[in-house]
Amino acid sequence: MEKIKSLADLKKKREDLQSAISIREQSENIQVKVAMATCGIASGAKHVMEVIMNECNKRNIPATVTQTGCMGYCYAEPTVEVTKPGQKPVVFGYITPLKAEELVAKYFAGNEMLDTVIPVNYEKVEL
Amino acid sequence: MENNYKQIRIALRNCGFINPENIEDYIARNGYAALASVLETNNPQATIEAIKKSGLRGRGGGGFPTGVKWEIASKNHADQKYVFCNADEGDPGAFMDRSILEGDPHSVLEAMAINGFCIGANKGLIYIRAEYPLAIERLLIAIKQAEEVGALGQNIFGTGFNFDIELRYGAGAFVCGEETALIHSMEGDRGEPTFKPPFPAQEGYLKKPTNVNNVETFANIPVIILKGWEWFAAIGTEKSKGTKVFALAGKINNVGLIEVPMGITLREVIYEIGNGIKDDKNFKAVQTGGPSGGCLTEKFLDTPIDYDNLIAAGSMMGSGGMIVMDEDDCMVSVAKFYLDFTVEESCGKCAPCRIGNKRLYELLDKITEGKGNMEDLDQLKNLSKVIKDTALCGLGQTSPNPVLSTIENFWEEYVAHVNEKKCPAGQCKALKSYIIDPDLCIGCTACARACPVGAIKGEKKMPHEINQNTCIKCGACMEKCKFNAISIK
Ligand SMILES: Cc1cc2nc3c(=O)[nH]c(=O)nc-3n(C[C@H](O)[C@H](O)[C@H](O)COP(=O)(O)O)c2cc1C
Ligand code: SF4
Ligand code: SF4
Repeated sequence: MEKIKSLADLKKKREDLQSAISIREQSENIQVKVAMATCGIASGAKHVMEVIMNECNKRNIPATVTQTGCMGYCYAEPTVEVTKPGQKPVVFGYITPLKAEELVAKYFAGNEMLDTVIPVNYEKVEL
Repeated sequence: MENNYKQIRIALRNCGFINPENIEDYIARNGYAALASVLETNNPQATIEAIKKSGLRGRGGGGFPTGVKWEIASKNHADQKYVFCNADEGDPGAFMDRSILEGDPHSVLEAMAINGFCIGANKGLIYIRAEYPLAIERLLIAIKQAEEVGALGQNIFGTGFNFDIELRYGAGAFVCGEETALIHSMEGDRGEPTFKPPFPAQEGYLKKPTNVNNVETFANIPVIILKGWEWFAAIGTEKSKGTKVFALAGKINNVGLIEVPMGITLREVIYEIGNGIKDDKNFKAVQTGGPSGGCLTEKFLDTPIDYDNLIAAGSMMGSGGMIVMDEDDCMVSVAKFYLDFTVEESCGKCAPCRIGNKRLYELLDKITEGKGNMEDLDQLKNLSKVIKDTALCGLGQTSPNPVLSTIENFWEEYVAHVNEKKCPAGQCKALKSYIIDPDLCIGCTACARACPVGAIKGEKKMPHEINQNTCIKCGACMEKCKFNAISIK
């Protein structure tokens, strides 16, 4: 990213990034976030991320997989958030590498839920 | 709040949502907009005033009003001032700050720059424990990216403001989280506390005014600036505003990282957010404040959690460890656990803490070994008071709290240990015996074969018996018995 030279520049940059994100969100790609803080990584999140990417490749499912920080559900690590085009994000807990395959097969490819969905239980500040 | 969610994420607003290694994600979510707004307004006094009015208090444990600290640091004139971020996080079981740094490092960098602008400092240092390699890695990436885009470094966003941030690594001593010890450690001296005043905001690092804030305190700052102090001050109780992040742990179903508004009750935290006690056992107590705090019992389940109520209840907010205990937890052992930690972590500079805590530990050990008497309980109380009154720094001044609060709330349990030589929770090894009920035992010999020291004798098909003198109380027999004939007394 190039240097931001003024406050107006920062504003412009932000707007550009936001529209890039909304374009990404409207695309056909499934957005996947894997919680990769110390807790998640200790429970195998890195491996889970690889499995998800490989499975999506194998099945030709367009997906953008990124890492993120701790989602707070230590009891259910590894946790993965999945946003399908036009749908609300869903957080899945207990996604071991084996479960990750199942997640891609059932929820990504079809629309079948797993039984380890974690309901949203907080309000988030939007700035 | 319009909905019924028990949690509000302010400090954790980006954790688990953005890629912490990509500054674009942060900027897209209005990152660095608070810094921009502060630079544009160009009125440090007004920003400090807003932080004061927000009611934000330090999240590192002490609860000192953040705006007041900033004001002191701004009014102390010097050729050089410093902004310090305390990321030492030494409480056993705490990981709030680590999660913020791993999930949203830029929020802390941005807040430090805002603080620098407000107090007139252009140098920031983060003191982080070396045991946090991932947080360190992500901070280093974040600093590099922020410098590249001009959010840190020289001439930030073309406004002429300069601010640099560097990391300093701690070796993980609990006492180095105390701000004066932290500063000495950074200066290359021994990490030992010194008497306050002077406070760091008056005379800190290299004798220059130094504003020390905790990671979570900083993470709140950009939100206060963008949403306004009125918005922030509307959350919480009269004297404790905003939210607190807790690491919820222990005998609770949903262990994890939570952020709740000040004023929430323990009942809501345990039963609604934490989904209740594990294995449907009975709630016994909640420990907050770590080695400096105390236990809250059933009678406090409906007390609104804030700085002042927790102190009135004999505990403290601390940095955010929250450990739930059930009927199987022995409160004398809990106190002993924390004293063991304190003895290990005392820097040894002053006698009450160095020697006093050791004696407290020995008394507790004696009691859990079944060798205590009533005088020991008196001595525990007296010695605790002396240590609190005479120790030099916060570590020693608060280290007897786990003892005092368990004595206060669980007196009968202490008495049972010394008078009846019993541990009601069945935790203290020396005080428990494994007993075979002759009416239930069918003489299958499974336990005798499992016992590692051969303490169980008996004829086949006849009731067996455990020799209490050789039994090492490992519990192996109880696991093996299929007829529930073995119990703990
Ligand atoms: C023994 C001891 C350990 C401490 N450990 C920490 C710590 O790990 N992190 C922290 O932020 N504050 C810690 N503190 C509190 C700091 O001294 C200081 O009050 C705090 O960093 C100020 O920031 P705040 O006002 O934002 O909370 C500790 C205090 C004591 C007495
Ligand atoms: S109270 Fe304990 S940790 Fe603090 S200065 Fe004295 S010996 Fe050191
Ligand atoms: S395992 Fe149980 S039933 Fe079998 S001998 Fe031991 S106490 Fe008796």
